Amino acid sequence: MNKILLVDDEPNILLSLEFVFKKEGYQVLIARDGEEAMALVRDELPDLIILDIMMPKVDGYEVCAFVKDNFLKTKVVFLSAKSKEKDLQKGLALGADRYLTKPFSTKEIVAEVKKLIN
Amino acid sequence: MLSREVIISVTFGYLILLFAIAWYTERRGSPLKKLANHPWVYALSLAVYCTAWTFYGSVGRAAENGLDFLAIYVGPCLVAPLWWLMMRKIIRISKAMNISSIADFISSRYGKSANLGALVTIFCLFGILPYISVQIKGISNSLDIMQLIETPLATGRFSVFSDSGFYIALGLALFTILFGTRTIEATARHEGLVIAVVFESIVKLFAFLAIGIFVSFFLFDGLTDIFAQAKAADLSHLFVLSEENGVSDWFWMGLLSMMAVMFLPRQFQMGIIENTSEKHLDTAMWLFPLYLVLINVFVLPIALSGLMIFQNQPVLADTFVLAIPLKFGQEGLAVLGYLGGFAAATSMIIVSTISLSTMVSNNLLMPILVANGNFSKRFQSNLPSILIWGRRIAILAIILLSYSYFRILDTGSSLVSTGLLSFVAIAQLSPSIIGGIFWKKASKSGAIVGLILGMGIWGYTLILPTFVNIGLMPKEILADGLFGYSWLRPNSLLGMEGISIVSHALFFSLFANIFCFVAISFFAKQSSKELNQAVLFVDIFKYDQKLDTNIFWKGQAQFSALQGLLNTFLGEEKSIKSLSDFKLNYQKPFQNGGMADPEFVSFAQRILSGVIGAASAKILVASVVKEEEISMDEVLNILKETQGIKTLNLELKSKTKALKKASEKLSEVNEALKLNDMLKDEFISTVTHEMKTPITSIRAFSEILQDENLNETEKRRFLQIIIDETGRMTRLIDQVLDLERFDSGRQTLNWEKTNLKNLIVESTESMEKVFLEKSLDFQIDCRFDSLYLLVDQDRIKQVLLNLLSNASKFAKSSVQLIAVEQDQMLSIAVADDGVGIPEEDLPYLFEKFFQAKNQTQKKPIGTGLGLAICKKIMEYHSGTIHVSTEPGKTIFQICIPLQQEALTLHHLRP
Repeated sequence: MNKILLVDDEPNILLSLEFVFKKEGYQVLIARDGEEAMALVRDELPDLIILDIMMPKVDGYEVCAFVKDNFLKTKVVFLSAKSKEKDLQKGLALGADRYLTKPFSTKEIVAEVKKLIN
Repeated sequence: MLSREVIISVTFGYLILLFAIAWYTERRGSPLKKLANHPWVYALSLAVYCTAWTFYGSVGRAAENGLDFLAIYVGPCLVAPLWWLMMRKIIRISKAMNISSIADFISSRYGKSANLGALVTIFCLFGILPYISVQIKGISNSLDIMQLIETPLATGRFSVFSDSGFYIALGLALFTILFGTRTIEATARHEGLVIAVVFESIVKLFAFLAIGIFVSFFLFDGLTDIFAQAKAADLSHLFVLSEENGVSDWFWMGLLSMMAVMFLPRQFQMGIIENTSEKHLDTAMWLFPLYLVLINVFVLPIALSGLMIFQNQPVLADTFVLAIPLKFGQEGLAVLGYLGGFAAATSMIIVSTISLSTMVSNNLLMPILVANGNFSKRFQSNLPSILIWGRRIAILAIILLSYSYFRILDTGSSLVSTGLLSFVAIAQLSPSIIGGIFWKKASKSGAIVGLILGMGIWGYTLILPTFVNIGLMPKEILADGLFGYSWLRPNSLLGMEGISIVSHALFFSLFANIFCFVAISFFAKQSSKELNQAVLFVDIFKYDQKLDTNIFWKGQAQFSALQGLLNTFLGEEKSIKSLSDFKLNYQKPFQNGGMADPEFVSFAQRILSGVIGAASAKILVASVVKEEEISMDEVLNILKETQGIKTLNLELKSKTKALKKASEKLSEVNEALKLNDMLKDEFISTVTHEMKTPITSIRAFSEILQDENLNETEKRRFLQIIIDETGRMTRLIDQVLDLERFDSGRQTLNWEKTNLKNLIVESTESMEKVFLEKSLDFQIDCRFDSLYLLVDQDRIKQVLLNLLSNASKFAKSSVQLIAVEQDQMLSIAVADDGVGIPEEDLPYLFEKFFQAKNQTQKKPIGTGLGLAICKKIMEYHSGTIHVSTEPGKTIFQICIPLQQEALTLHHLRP
């Protein structure tokens, strides 16, 4: 079974994502900030991370860099309200596998995740 | 024996010869006409300076006073080199301005003044008439001598019609009229006249030299012989310069003759008006003095010989020139001598008369006629013929008057003394002329006063004594002075003695003249016309080329009217020629839609001046032109143009500086606005960003609810989330709008007099539940009792609630509220014992959307706008909001001023 790590400082968003992916049969882990996220990555080695950017303590960019430096197998998907072209480019330049914008479609996000980890 | 008939025939024969020469010259294609342009002709024409005075009078003078007869020739010789400076300028001006006489010159210089022109004309008449009459006398006397009639004083009955002198005078008048008034243009060349005059100059020189040679080498053995014999005859005082000969007299005579040789009307006529080329001056500068030398060489020898020959006989020294040849039976020579003298006299009479008649017609008659508007309009077409006939009548009148003066008032005055009298009169013109061509400030009033005063003194010192001599005035004036004042004695004003009468007269008249002229000109204000003319005259060499462009004139002139004037006075042919001349020189159209070009107006005026004089031309042109009075200020402004441009430049520079400053300020403001704009943009992007968060949840759960098969609990839960998030968004929008209203000043507050204590209590009441839930200890410390302030209740509540809510989120265990009056303010402080706020966050606390990073795990429900709105609310209440923090204690404090006036100062803009 595939492990997904959800990282966002908004509880409701986490809730919705958790529900959706659990329904799809994934094992779901949750982190509420970047610090937590990095610890969980190290400990649990998820297959994919859905990563918010604007978070307290450590932001999504840092986490992405951390993950891509150390855990090459882990896929990173940015999920952020920052939707400008340059934001997308920055995210992808950091090595993210996908950059999705909020608000998101639940169907879409599931589809993208399935593409990345079957 | 020379009979009367022979002499008369010779005389008239000579006159006819003169007529013939003049007529032949005037004929078309005459070779003599071309000769008139020869420089030698010009120089010899100037020899009209030598009159019967030279021919007869010099010998007479020499016989009495020795060498001082030379005084009036020294001047011209000395000044001849200076002609290149002065004469050249005068000639240039006269040609450029179409000057027709000396009166015209002066009139034109001083603003084309008709009055001044008339004044000069009258003075010239007074000054020259006696001189003409003395020439006639000379002719008459020489006639008598030739007929061996003793020079008579008028005895017995005398009929003018039996007097040959009368007929000679008439003949001269006829000659002058015929050859001097052929055309109306006074500035036209009179070639016939010029050649005739030159012929006469040659004749008189030749005659005098012939007699001189005869006397020196045939009667004596050369010049040395004469002088030796004279010495032996005790006549050496006449040719040896001793200290007795007044040096000052030589000086004054010299000065006088310098002026005379240029400004005598006949000299002006020949030297300036008849001049065809300035280059001729170069020849004249040496040839004329040479002529003077030659004609004077034998004066003294003849005088000495005469004295010796006629030792004991009552022969007038004046007549030696004729008497000596006659005595020795040399009749032919005597006739030659007679003709020489005749030539000398007649050339003077002819030229002077022409000059005077032109002055009379152009500067006396014309202005009077033309000034009378009605007359000039009615008779305008007749004006040209009136002009010419005026001149002709003037010629006749002048000659006849001179003749009468000679016959009636013959005072036995000598040629020399009358000549000098005329010289002094003409000398009065020199200050205004010389001053006029070199000094721009020389003014009309100065000229007029100087002239009148000079002439007055001239009359008093020179004419008055002659009247006394003939009994018209009491002798006592001479002896005792006017009204008995000895310092007013005509011959020794202010007690000056020791100089000759003439020198004395010259000194005082010139002194008064120059003094007044200069002094008055210094203080006088010149009219724009005067200034215009002054500039043109003095700077003639600068303005030469396009003379008419340098006229300060403005106005409107009908071209057809001007053309009409030209046609009238020049005749159609010449008028057309002048139009084409204008076109050639100026390459401009002379009219513009019927209106004449200003340059053309000035050009036309100039042309007309040549015909009728400057003053009359001015008047006539003015009558067809609507001249706008160009004020003195305008003229000065034009003159100061360059200076004006300079100041303009300086102004421009300072204005540019000011402009730069303003521009800089503008860009500063622009930058501030841009910043503001940027901040607004940032705000908007932040707001939209914030809004995305609740929307994300709403969307996600909506989708979940739509698709999944959920149990009731889940359904309810998710729906609730949606509702909550919707609420969150609403709050956000509201707050944003609220803040925006605060920012733009459009916020309206509800001001009510409120009991603050109650307000605090109300606020805290609603929070009690929260504190309870969070198990926080809450204390209220209200250190005042009753306080009423004008506040917006809801807003203050909003602030308090916000602070309390924040405190509740961050407090560990307790929250306190302390309200106290201090420093003219009501201070309400909310304190909590939470972790505190990091140092670096403090400045940004009240910024929009600021949310402290290091907060508790739970995401705050706040929007981040709360404190920003609190700050605005406090600003609107003219109050403040502060924060102070340390680990374990954080205090938020608001202050409201107690003074109500301060409250009116709300609506603070950011």
